[in-house]
Amino acid sequence: MSLLEVEDLTVHFKIRRGLTRKSIDTVHAADEVSFSLERGTTLALVGESGSGKTTVAHAILGLNKPQKGSIVFAGRDLLALSRGTQRTARRGMQVVFQDPYSSLNPRMTVHDLVAEPLRVGSEISGDALRERVVELLEMVGLGTQHLWRRPHEFSGGQCQRIAIARALALSPDLMVLDEPTSALDVSVQARILTLLHRLQIELTLSYLFIAHDLAVVESVASAVAVMYLGKIVESGPTATIFEDPRHPYTLALLASVPSPDPDRRSAGAALSGDVPSAIDPPSGCRFHPRCKFRMDVCDQEIPPLEDRDGRRIACHLPRDFDLSAEQEAARAARSTAVVEDRQRSRARPRGDETPVPKMPRRW
Amino acid sequence: MEFRSLRGVVKALNGVYLTVHEREIVGLVGESGCGKTVTGYSVLGLLPKPQAQVTSGRILFKGDDLLAKPQQEMRALKGKVISMVFQDPLASLNPVFTVGEQISRVVRVHHDLEKKAALEAVRTALQATGLPPTDALLKSYPHQLSGGMRQRVCMAMAISCGAGLLVADEPTTALDVTIQMQILKLLLRLRDELGVSQILITHNVGVAAQTCDRIAVMYAGNVVEEGPTADVLKRPRHPYTLALIECLPQGKSAEQLKTIPGAVPDLIDPPAGCRFHERCAHVRDICRDTMPTPFEVARDHWTACHWVQEKSGRGVGVTTGHEPGVGAAGVPFNRDPGIEHTAGGGPATGESGDDIRRE
Ligand SMILES: Nc1ncnc2c1ncn2[C@@H]1O[C@H](COP(=O)(O)OP(=O)(O)OP(=O)(O)O)[C@@H](O)[C@H]1O
Ligand SMILES: Nc1ncnc2c1ncn2[C@@H]1O[C@H](COP(=O)(O)OP(=O)(O)OP(=O)(O)O)[C@@H](O)[C@H]1O
Ligand code: SF4
Ligand SMILES: [Mg+2]
Ligand SMILES: [Mg+2]
Repeated sequence: MSLLEVEDLTVHFKIRRGLTRKSIDTVHAADEVSFSLERGTTLALVGESGSGKTTVAHAILGLNKPQKGSIVFAGRDLLALSRGTQRTARRGMQVVFQDPYSSLNPRMTVHDLVAEPLRVGSEISGDALRERVVELLEMVGLGTQHLWRRPHEFSGGQCQRIAIARALALSPDLMVLDEPTSALDVSVQARILTLLHRLQIELTLSYLFIAHDLAVVESVASAVAVMYLGKIVESGPTATIFEDPRHPYTLALLASVPSPDPDRRSAGAALSGDVPSAIDPPSGCRFHPRCKFRMDVCDQEIPPLEDRDGRRIACHLPRDFDLSAEQEAARAARSTAVVEDRQRSRARPRGDETPVPKMPRRW
Repeated sequence: MEFRSLRGVVKALNGVYLTVHEREIVGLVGESGCGKTVTGYSVLGLLPKPQAQVTSGRILFKGDDLLAKPQQEMRALKGKVISMVFQDPLASLNPVFTVGEQISRVVRVHHDLEKKAALEAVRTALQATGLPPTDALLKSYPHQLSGGMRQRVCMAMAISCGAGLLVADEPTTALDVTIQMQILKLLLRLRDELGVSQILITHNVGVAAQTCDRIAVMYAGNVVEEGPTADVLKRPRHPYTLALIECLPQGKSAEQLKTIPGAVPDLIDPPAGCRFHERCAHVRDICRDTMPTPFEVARDHWTACHWVQEKSGRGVGVTTGHEPGVGAAGVPFNRDPGIEHTAGGGPATGESGDDIRRE
């Protein structure tokens, strides 16, 4: 059985508008979102800003009130439980947010930050508590010399380690990671991703990994769900989604990633226009105003999320529709061959490296 | 370039050499705090006074040293000949003026135009950035536009007076990838169709790879490597450039990810010699006390690294005792200033080498 099963989850926000604040708008932040997360694996939720990723995470963590749907965590349907029981049922899940500085109380020391969840949520105290704090910090690669320092004395990457240590304190099964490396430099990001990977194996953790960086997603996730304007448009195993994407939005998203390979320049912008407002989302398929394969049916009927070709997909296009050109562009954007010929360039200078006298500049 | 701050003197830039040719986009790439924005600000004379002090170097624009120009002259250049766009378009637009008003004000400051002629120039600029030059757009306020449109408006404003050099500081960092790709295509169009030279500041190697003709990689206030995009990214010479590229998650599983040991240095007390030496896999004794001089490792491809220099059989670079403008092995690295625009503190010459040993 999956550790987490989300079915038909719908979260709407009401916002007041106008001078009198009388008229009410409904933000369709998440609509009929379904996915499941297997134990010990990573599911990535990807999509552009405002697509509803954080809203889904907050619903799972009990931080907002879904209109409908079910969230089954470790066998219990959370939304069917009373508030008090919900809280105990959520003991097994923890969260790490994007901004490492604002998620840690600046007045607390590292020791207290990590000890706090233990004091509140467990019986440990005294020497055992101290030992557990040190053990947690070691797990995330921080030494005891840091125990009495405060968050502002640390770099972004170190703060994120502290946040991870805090989240690990009560030995969760599920970690919700909401853009955990988006605020970090690539070299720091690489270290946090390596740490998360190690912890996942050592502690059999399951991750719900929210990100907008598709290269990161491809390297850490076992499965991916792509969201657009509050709906999942395509989901499935990472390899399937990246190598054989079939939803026009997934294709455009993948093709928009700027590849670090200068030989693979993308031909044109993959997608024109902006993401429409979630207050009054487009009818039918929410992607239809930007979709280049749009058909008559697309603004009329909402495409259901169906199981086919080894994934779930919500699109009216016929199964055998030819997407090979778009798939090619999506693959090209992922191209990886960056440093070529490394051995040689390290060992010996190349033939063309004879000193060049002052050159007349081109142009 | 230095900042005086309460904690001490921040040696923010130390040996930045950068060349932008006409009709060229040069990427300034590096991690947070390495000095990209400060370099961009230096070019436009936007450094906060009096904390910021340029201690040495030159910024040549069509042969004129911008650092030596009186304030008044710089003010006339800014926005007209050289202009800048920033990461957060909302912050650089005035919320109480419409799009039309903002851009035409800029146009009229720099050119003596009638209201109507100015409006024509505004429409042309908007069109050049792919926005519809309609009355509806001219009459809208910044908050009514999406992030991508706001960034286009900023670019329209930047090019409205016919600027020849645009400094774009992380123009797409706040945008979604699909919108980012649209803006990157726009930068290429500005180069190809209007001949606008650009310095594109970004921490995203992919953004630079897709857009730039040349790339300069910065680390802790130094340009450590500069060259044609494909050469720098596919045949990086400097150990930092290589390490940076290998940190990218592209095409690697989580267990294959590479990392760089250690952390970026505090620029109040930067390491002596090569600022990367504490984290470098190839560090040699000389790296710990002598700052490496940039030298041309392949055609048009420059790097500042003792190890690379040794490997390429040109002896180890020594920074002192040489005539400024001449590299260690007598290889000239200061290209003809008469025809180039050099930004930043000028080439890392003997002076900057001395600089670092003062600490
Ligand atoms: N508390 C709230 N009240 C009203 N609207 C909200 C609220 N929280 C989120 N929204 C709206 O719901 C939509 C989804 O937002 P959400 O934060 O889930 O997106 P996201 O995918 O996490 O985006 P990002 O990548 O920017 O974090 C957006 O249109 C947002 O403006
Ligand atoms: N006004 C200032 N006073 C003191 N130090 C400053 C000031 N502005 C910048 N610095 C320092 O100068 C260095 C370079 O900063 P800069 O903003 O150029 O970095 P950056 O490469 O643009 O980084 P980012 O990617 O985060 O924008 C940093 O160490 C920064 O702390
Ligand atoms: S100069 Fe030395 S320390 Fe610096 S990068 Fe080159 S080899 Fe490494
Ligand atoms: Mg979010
Ligand atoms: Mg900056």
